[in-house]
Amino acid sequence: MSSKPLKQIHLAAHFPGVNNTTVWSDPEAGSHIEFSSFAHFARTAERAKFDFLFLAEGLRLREQGGHIYDLDVVGRPDTFTILAALAAVTEHLGLAGTINSTFNEPYEVARQFASLDHLSGGRSAWNVVTSWDAFTGENFRRGGFLPQEERYSRAKEFLATAGELLDAWHGDEIVADQASGVFLRDAKAGSFVHTGQHFDIHGQFDVPRSPQGRPVIFQAGDSEEGREFAAAGADAIFSRYAALDTGQAFYADVKGRLAKYGRRSDQLLILPAATFVLGDTDADAEERARHVRRAQVSGATALKHLEFVWNRDLSSYDPEGPLPDVDPDVGDDHISKGRAQVRMYRDPLATAREWRELAAANNWSIRDLVIHTGNRQTFVGSPATVARTINEFVQADASDGFILVPHITPGGLDEFADTVVPLLQEQGVFRTEYEGPTLRHHLGLAHPDDERAERAAS
Amino acid sequence: MSSTSASPLHLAVALDGTGWHPASWREPAARPKELFTAAYWAALVAEAEHGLLDFVTFEDGLGLQSTRYDAPDGRTDQVRGRLDAVLTASRVAPLTRHIGLVPTVIATHTEPFHLSKAIATLDYVSSGRAGLRVQISGRPYEADHFGRRTLSPLTFAELRGPAGQAQVTELFDEAADYVEVIRRLWDSWEDDAEIRDVATGRFIDRDKLHYIDFEGGHFSVKGPSITPRPPQGQPLVTALAHQTVPYRLVARQADLGYVTPHDADDARRIVAEVRAEQEQAGRSAEPLHLFGDLVVFLDDDQAAAEDRRARLDELAGEPYVSDARTFAGTPAQLADLLQEFAEAGLTGFRLRPAVAAHDLPAVSRRLVPELQRRGAFRTAYEADTLRGLLGLARPANRYSAA
Repeated sequence: MSSKPLKQIHLAAHFPGVNNTTVWSDPEAGSHIEFSSFAHFARTAERAKFDFLFLAEGLRLREQGGHIYDLDVVGRPDTFTILAALAAVTEHLGLAGTINSTFNEPYEVARQFASLDHLSGGRSAWNVVTSWDAFTGENFRRGGFLPQEERYSRAKEFLATAGELLDAWHGDEIVADQASGVFLRDAKAGSFVHTGQHFDIHGQFDVPRSPQGRPVIFQAGDSEEGREFAAAGADAIFSRYAALDTGQAFYADVKGRLAKYGRRSDQLLILPAATFVLGDTDADAEERARHVRRAQVSGATALKHLEFVWNRDLSSYDPEGPLPDVDPDVGDDHISKGRAQVRMYRDPLATAREWRELAAANNWSIRDLVIHTGNRQTFVGSPATVARTINEFVQADASDGFILVPHITPGGLDEFADTVVPLLQEQGVFRTEYEGPTLRHHLGLAHPDDERAERAAS
Repeated sequence: MSSTSASPLHLAVALDGTGWHPASWREPAARPKELFTAAYWAALVAEAEHGLLDFVTFEDGLGLQSTRYDAPDGRTDQVRGRLDAVLTASRVAPLTRHIGLVPTVIATHTEPFHLSKAIATLDYVSSGRAGLRVQISGRPYEADHFGRRTLSPLTFAELRGPAGQAQVTELFDEAADYVEVIRRLWDSWEDDAEIRDVATGRFIDRDKLHYIDFEGGHFSVKGPSITPRPPQGQPLVTALAHQTVPYRLVARQADLGYVTPHDADDARRIVAEVRAEQEQAGRSAEPLHLFGDLVVFLDDDQAAAEDRRARLDELAGEPYVSDARTFAGTPAQLADLLQEFAEAGLTGFRLRPAVAAHDLPAVSRRLVPELQRRGAFRTAYEADTLRGLLGLARPANRYSAA
């Protein structure tokens, strides 16, 4: 019996920046803003033949207890601008940026992605996110607060409108015949009209068709609506389910939604974010992982993390001491602003009870508790163990690959590139050379024009 | 004033498509099919850097180029379409080491928060060589691309009338607020805000981050920026100005203004007006460069330059008219003219090559050596930042405690 062919793994690198997994206190940790750090990170990813580099975005500095949150890395570059510069120091690596649909306009974002795609020779990708808060909106002339139900409808219309603009040029308009003096085949090149609930715009788009036609589209939302949105039109999902069982469930759920949109399973990639710690042996890696967790969760960070649940100021508590005896404030969230994960704890009283019991049973301090209940690293082990586990997860349809989030800037990917990637290549599940120039080639995605032709023919 | 005691001139080149003459793309060396590639722009900027120029500017707009102000012109015989200027500048930054990079930013339809961090990031990727050229857009068809406001369809002629002037004034007032927000955001992080204090677990000293709390007639912005203060502190702010309203923007907000004098007397008059506005704005102590803009056809003999202009005009089907003085002649003649204008008070020039593939190398390989022979231009890059090249100090942060 012949088994089905092995899936090829897709790997990407998430620049470790404003993120509570980033360890800035390590002596190896470099700048999070100097271009040399970004260039180092991108070159490592390209040396390892990764599919793409990924940048997150947050458009207002996070606050907790009415103050700018100062315990994680703070500060990041402008997404488009840094990606354009990285196109100059790489040749093949995909360049994926998170761009918010709430605080932008379709015309501007479409021309930025079309420009980035031209300037990178077809390597751009857009992680479309939508925001929810007037807090971030205070940084923008157009404000930003949207009721929950309008958020997705605006995001959908934004993405559709940007797509219409990018499709307004077909690729054959520029003649540039010096002899005859015809530059443009058609005076109406780039014409568009969009009339909708959120956008009412018309005119001529001013960037000609880029190599990929459209950037590769990522979606990161996890709600029912988000999954449907991704199934309908995204090229890839940046998911949070990196464990085997939850990964398989998510994978089956989302891929199962594709058929009703006339899409095949390989037209939407599932790529969870994953952290890793390597060591010479598995035991070695476990020891390093414990060390990294302690570095990620300082005493001050542990208290701040507890405040997400308690929803009150806990600064007077000793992080090395027991959990607070006072109960969480179950009123409106007034502790934290500008971050997404706060509302994960839906029942703070129950969570607090559970955590107190856990801490008492194990004799844990506040810091120990946060270290143990927080996110454990996804892959911990020797290079052989990590390579084998990643491959098993992908072949078992827990994902199509991973977006790796190292904890050190900029060298945190180096060891993975040098030790794990060659093992995956030996197993025949990861490329040894780039097979094409564009990110769509790396991801095995068709060019939008070919996809359209395919749909028209069927 | 003797030529040996003249302070050196500053030189910039304005990049726009294949050049400023509408028929420039038809020159054999023009490479119009490569306009939308990174290699095209990298080659032009490398040529400018070869000539030790202070900086290049990148034109931009939020719609197709048009010879009309009120509508697209529907022409198919000129270059149409372009890439985002900030991203083009950033793409070129890692490939160059000394030259300043000054993309156009359209204040009318964009977010100052986004553009502030974009130019700050350009400053990081270029290690201190970023600037911006702020521009307004009163073109109604560009407003239609955003659908957020309606602008009157005014022709170039009507722009000079009362309705046009009212609209222009309004848009420049908004642009002044826009630059103010950008500048405050650049200062919203003090230089030493990142402390990495392992003992207390603090990455930053948040007392060194500042809300800018800008409230204006057009928008309000809270801050701070998400991007730390850029290497230059304040990247270079520039603007093109033809009349009193934009002169005022230059005088109030810019480090450098581009003006369009047609002769030395005109230059003296413009310089006096801008300097008076500068004084009125209370900035007379601050350095403010005034660059003359000139379109140039440069050849080793004057007849060749004039013939080339005539030939391009014929291809275009009409004589080329510009807001700036158009020069056709030799490097020595141009050097004479620049020095004459400099004596009228201009501190430098932004040359607009009529044909990028011809006139940019003529600037970097003919004009520059001519100016160097006269002791009027640098013979090596003397500073690492754009502000440094222009003799501008790194400004103190407005939010730092004295």
